Amino acid sequence: MPAEYSSLPDQASLWQPNRRRSRQVEGVVRVVCFMFAAISIVTTLGIVLTLIFETFDFFLDPFFRQDLWIDRLPQLLPEASEGQLQAIADQIQAADPKELWAQAEAIGVNPPSRIAGFFHALGRFLTDNRWTPLFQNANFGIFVLISATLLTTTIALAVAVPLGLLIAILLSEYAAPRLRQVLKPILELLAGVPSVVFGYFALLTVTPFLQRFIPFLQGFNALSAGMILGISILPLVASLSEDAINAVPQDLRQGAFAMGATKRETIQGVVIPAALSGIVASVILAMSRAIGETMIVSLAAGQNPQPIDGNFGFINPFIPVMTMTAFIVQVSLGDAAFGSLAYKTIFAVGMALFTMTLTLNIVSYWFVRRFREKYD
Amino acid sequence: MAPSPSEFLNPQPTVAELPGFAGNLPQRYSRDRLFQIAAWVATAIAIAVLAWLLFDVFSQGWSRLDWQFLTSFPSRRPKNAGIVGALAGTFWVMIIVALVSFPVGVGAGLYLEEFSGDNWFTRFIEINISNLAGVPSIIYGLLGLAAFVRILEPITGGRSVLAGALTLSLLVLPIIIVATREALRAVPEGIRLAGLAMGGSRWQVVWDHVLPAAIAGVLTGVILALSRAIGETASLITIGALTFVPFTPGCTEDFPYFNPLDLLRCPVDVVQSPFTVMPIQIFNWVSRPQKGFHENAAAAIIVLLIMLVTMNSLAIVLRSRLKQPNI
Repeated sequence: MPAEYSSLPDQASLWQPNRRRSRQVEGVVRVVCFMFAAISIVTTLGIVLTLIFETFDFFLDPFFRQDLWIDRLPQLLPEASEGQLQAIADQIQAADPKELWAQAEAIGVNPPSRIAGFFHALGRFLTDNRWTPLFQNANFGIFVLISATLLTTTIALAVAVPLGLLIAILLSEYAAPRLRQVLKPILELLAGVPSVVFGYFALLTVTPFLQRFIPFLQGFNALSAGMILGISILPLVASLSEDAINAVPQDLRQGAFAMGATKRETIQGVVIPAALSGIVASVILAMSRAIGETMIVSLAAGQNPQPIDGNFGFINPFIPVMTMTAFIVQVSLGDAAFGSLAYKTIFAVGMALFTMTLTLNIVSYWFVRRFREKYD
Repeated sequence: MAPSPSEFLNPQPTVAELPGFAGNLPQRYSRDRLFQIAAWVATAIAIAVLAWLLFDVFSQGWSRLDWQFLTSFPSRRPKNAGIVGALAGTFWVMIIVALVSFPVGVGAGLYLEEFSGDNWFTRFIEINISNLAGVPSIIYGLLGLAAFVRILEPITGGRSVLAGALTLSLLVLPIIIVATREALRAVPEGIRLAGLAMGGSRWQVVWDHVLPAAIAGVLTGVILALSRAIGETASLITIGALTFVPFTPGCTEDFPYFNPLDLLRCPVDVVQSPFTVMPIQIFNWVSRPQKGFHENAAAAIIVLLIMLVTMNSLAIVLRSRLKQPNI
């Protein structure tokens, strides 16, 4: 120790921080916080793995092998008569799907491989034109549910996009600051209404109201569900579009005014085109939200999958339809046993739903980055 | 380029004389007015629908809202039914969601803002969190069903309060993380530098100075996250919350059937109990055909909306405190 410090007081009376302990505490805190941050990654992994695993399990279900087996019987047993084939088919159908090999010994023909069963299942999932997974004669056409989801989503967007955009324009271009202070909380209130409340409103208030003007409108229908779905995503469209419009620099407006444009011409000709990437992104996000929305459609749109055929029931907004989310709710309320085909079905539907919303979210993100006009 | 002689002889027309240019201001102004009216009408429609909804719920449910309704268990007869089971379920789920998501969300926010630099891992988590915010809640329900109800059944006890609360915690974590990060970013860098200059470790600076300065913003985020969770229905239906629950979680057998101390006295009874929550009770009543149940649903919606408004007012109060200089 240098000599000039020797006049300092006794070491013990100096405050000596326990730096080692501080370092240890800091190390522990860092690790714990890191683990908490990593939970978000674990969640994503959990969602993706759960959906992939259970969806594979769905496609590998022995039911589909059995089904393919029956389809192939005429080729496997070319000599058998129609009646014999029918009898064997009935025998296979009646048997427990988990004991295919015992069946195979009894009949004398081998069942199709697991891989063949998998692709058969995939084929039925993508090409069946009915959705009757819980019936005796099961069909698994996912596009039946997707078409219903797209129907309600389209109606919702038809309501939410024009209204939301006009509200965004009003808030950013026309409303005085004090009025904005009143309108913004009202929109937040609308955004905070739980979806089950919107479902109540659509089913018990809006549908009877619409029935006064559309007498053939059924009690459950895509129309009122879609309209209220549109109201529920309206605040999202409005607030995101408003952000995009506010990001357009004032100079552009003033330039347009200086050229003699009126306010509307400025908005339509300059402001909206400049903010278009943000507006489109908000619409895509709203679409993704509408596709994943559950309670409004399962309460008000009904539980009737409409076959994809020449009657065009699947695009009729006046009759009950069943969306992807409504199907998941229906099965969940019915208490499906773990490992049953119904249980696996909801994960396969969930996979389709997740793929659609994820794609839309990524497209929206990409759209903003790709087409954003930068004004610096 | 110099003008050609013909241009000198035939000078360019002025703007007003250009073919196709019609100043026609009266018509343009009237279009402007129409456009502005359209914007006002759109806003009026949104407000009118909200007002219609609120009026409808209150006119249907207000008369049904009495002491009996708040203190009865569900029943097959609408007049005898009540929401005490759903209220207790909602309280318990919210308490556990808060206990789980508050430390985890704030810890994750702290890690991203204070402990890690701007590296690929941080950016990866950021992208991941913004993606998670866009995942439909029913997908979280499927995750909860597979992970918490099925795989972790020995801990959660199956379709229980804990399984539901953990599912909702995952659902609202992105909200809390984003709010925490914003609140931390709003704390002036000078506070950190001063703390570090005094010899504090990074954690001491964060714990003693940064977090207290950011706490109002953090709590606002937590309350907003809870108000999202309290109305959440789809994911809880998917994990299999019951729709008819003639009991409450915990070991308090008599009125008011709900005692926060149960979490210390009989924690396992509480967290592993089957449950229902307010939105599921509402869903159940709406989907029945009888008019009486629809009135019950409206009354339960009023209670749910009152809870939501209370929580949001709390958040607004906190936010206004945040705006004052707190340093």
